[in-house]
Amino acid sequence: MTRSKMISRRHGVTRREAIAAIAGATATLIGCGRSRGERQLVRFWTIGREGEVATTLIQDFVAAHPEIEVEVQKMPLTAAHEKLLTAYAGDTLPDLCQLGNTWIPEFAALHALEPLGARVAASKVIDPADYFTEIFNSNRVDDELFGVPWYVDTRLLFYRRDLLQKAGFDHPPTHWAEWEQMLGAIKEHEGHDKYSVLLPLNEFEPLLVLALQQPSELLRDAGRFGNFRSDDFKRVMSFYRNIFERGWAPRATNTQISNVWDEFGKGYFSFYISGPWNIAEFKLRMPENLKDAWMTAPMPGPNGPGASSAGGSSLVVFSSSKAKEAAWQLAEHLSTSASQSRFYDLTGNMPPRRSSWEVPALVQSPYARAFREQLDRVRSPPKVPEWERIATQMRLAGERVVQGKESIEDAVADLDRETDEILEKRRWMMDRDHADRSHAGAS
Amino acid sequence: MKVRNVGWWFVAPAVIVLGVFFFLPVLAALAMSVTDFDLYALSDSANLRFVGLQNYGRLLSEPLFWKALGNTLYFVVLGVPLSISASLGAALLVNSKVARLRNFFRTVFFAPVVTTLVAVAVVWRYIFHTRYGFLNYGLSEFGIGPIDWMGDPHWAMPAIVILAVWKNFGYNMIILLAALQSIPEDLYEAARIDGASGWQLFRHVTLPSLAPVLMLVSILTMTGYFQLFAEPYVMTEGGPLQSTLSVLYFMYEEGFKWWSLGRASAVAFLLFVLMFAVTVLQLRIGRREANV
Repeated sequence: MTRSKMISRRHGVTRREAIAAIAGATATLIGCGRSRGERQLVRFWTIGREGEVATTLIQDFVAAHPEIEVEVQKMPLTAAHEKLLTAYAGDTLPDLCQLGNTWIPEFAALHALEPLGARVAASKVIDPADYFTEIFNSNRVDDELFGVPWYVDTRLLFYRRDLLQKAGFDHPPTHWAEWEQMLGAIKEHEGHDKYSVLLPLNEFEPLLVLALQQPSELLRDAGRFGNFRSDDFKRVMSFYRNIFERGWAPRATNTQISNVWDEFGKGYFSFYISGPWNIAEFKLRMPENLKDAWMTAPMPGPNGPGASSAGGSSLVVFSSSKAKEAAWQLAEHLSTSASQSRFYDLTGNMPPRRSSWEVPALVQSPYARAFREQLDRVRSPPKVPEWERIATQMRLAGERVVQGKESIEDAVADLDRETDEILEKRRWMMDRDHADRSHAGAS
Repeated sequence: MKVRNVGWWFVAPAVIVLGVFFFLPVLAALAMSVTDFDLYALSDSANLRFVGLQNYGRLLSEPLFWKALGNTLYFVVLGVPLSISASLGAALLVNSKVARLRNFFRTVFFAPVVTTLVAVAVVWRYIFHTRYGFLNYGLSEFGIGPIDWMGDPHWAMPAIVILAVWKNFGYNMIILLAALQSIPEDLYEAARIDGASGWQLFRHVTLPSLAPVLMLVSILTMTGYFQLFAEPYVMTEGGPLQSTLSVLYFMYEEGFKWWSLGRASAVAFLLFVLMFAVTVLQLRIGRREANV
């Protein structure tokens, strides 16, 4: 299970898990009052692996602040979204929380998040200029800041250096045309039962990354309508389709591949678009003789180095919290360069601050270098609560095109129609709020 | 207390439990299905709109819903007869007097029922694997080329059927086995004296005696198979090209993945109406055959 957190979040929730979430939330409610005696309690919820190290990270903080007690809760990744929504419905949200930055628009729409703009402006620790700009801005919804980045996540190329060399190239691709040449050469060299690149049909991320490289917006009119009929997106679609039509990528899902690392080692494919967590996985799983055969590279773009998606997790304070000040202090503690370097040592999560990247562990890692470069070239997907559903429709449209079921023209028209339908409620609410406001202004 | 009211007191606990935990939620879901309840409505009830039958109308005009329905019917039509024949075959084998190790086989055949689907799915994914799969290896012995079970939209549903039949046939086998053992031996004896062959024994003694149980088993299996969800969920995530997306999976995605609870409730009611209709039809046919 990879940590494609924000993205594959809502998969895997059974009714039992939902009930467990409710039970868990209830237990939290009963188990701990908001304050015990003099000390103020900060409830901090984390997701998955980060939860295991959070306790270590807050030790200094707890020692320095005897008046604050911190209670760390771990949520499993697959149940986190439901658990948070259940907690929201039951009014038992914690004070501080780790939240995928693609979830922020959704929780902002629920009015569950405390705006942090003023706190950040007054903070001595958090300097927005030190953060990767787009990663920081991914926490803004309609000009209001709702979170502070905790770690970053973006997608780029993992590739087999040796196979690329055999095909006659000594460097990774920098733009689409060059990438296509390489894909063709590798296919030629490796034969018909091998592929040049793996773009799993059950993931929307590869297609999304390619789409974000184009200047056009994916949604138009402030997220009211789909904009997939744009020439830019059609170009992305034909680039994507071509990769499958030429036989450079298998028409397969991740679950069919069974073991991505193993197949990468066998040379079943030479390029793979993935995120930072796979550095540790590949280090661990590549066979001994191929230890140095792989490398990471920034995404090639249409005409030169390209953008990728601005992902990651942020720290947010919920507006229902009774301990906002203490929660904010903890968020500041977790955002210091020292904490972030430590966090990287413990988890391999990449820090969102430029100054945190100056530690030897990161400077010396050849695999991290491409990420450092990519992070200055990232872009957020549209910030509407409905985005993930739209992205899923986009993936399905891509699948129909590469399977030859639909032409690109039809697919993007269908996709726009589906997107407009998904956004219908949002349009209704925006129009209503707009009418209310102009009405209030008139009277 | 009047005597005729006493009966109500006896059933009261059951009625209350049913009312609170079944009828009330059903009514709530019915109410929800005529609204556009979603995440926005969760945050502020002013965002809730009454939409009448719009959810139903939209669903009935949505190609994906019909596709999900078609997939589900395909699964039921292919899966239910296969599943029942497999159960019956296994029950006959295990019941047969010439069979050895009957208890052993009974346990083996029942084992898939008690295994966890998620765990078995990992094994089955390898069995269905295009290049390393045991199934394709077996087929290649007969000169059949590799089938892309999980990747080809035409083969994904048959693969799901194979998995579902394997997983479920043991349960019906136990029920049928019990019914087989309750058929009086003298019926067979009398038929044999009349000179009936093995096939005739099966056709004219075993099958008619099993008829009521077969009816029950087919209704149970059918209702179960209409609720196809877990198999595609763990094997294919509804893909490829949504060829294994079932109605229940569709509902799950609407409701629990995208929080369109209004639409999800509408799907649930449509599925209920459909299953109810098919069950009534099945009972009718069963009754008519019994009368003939």
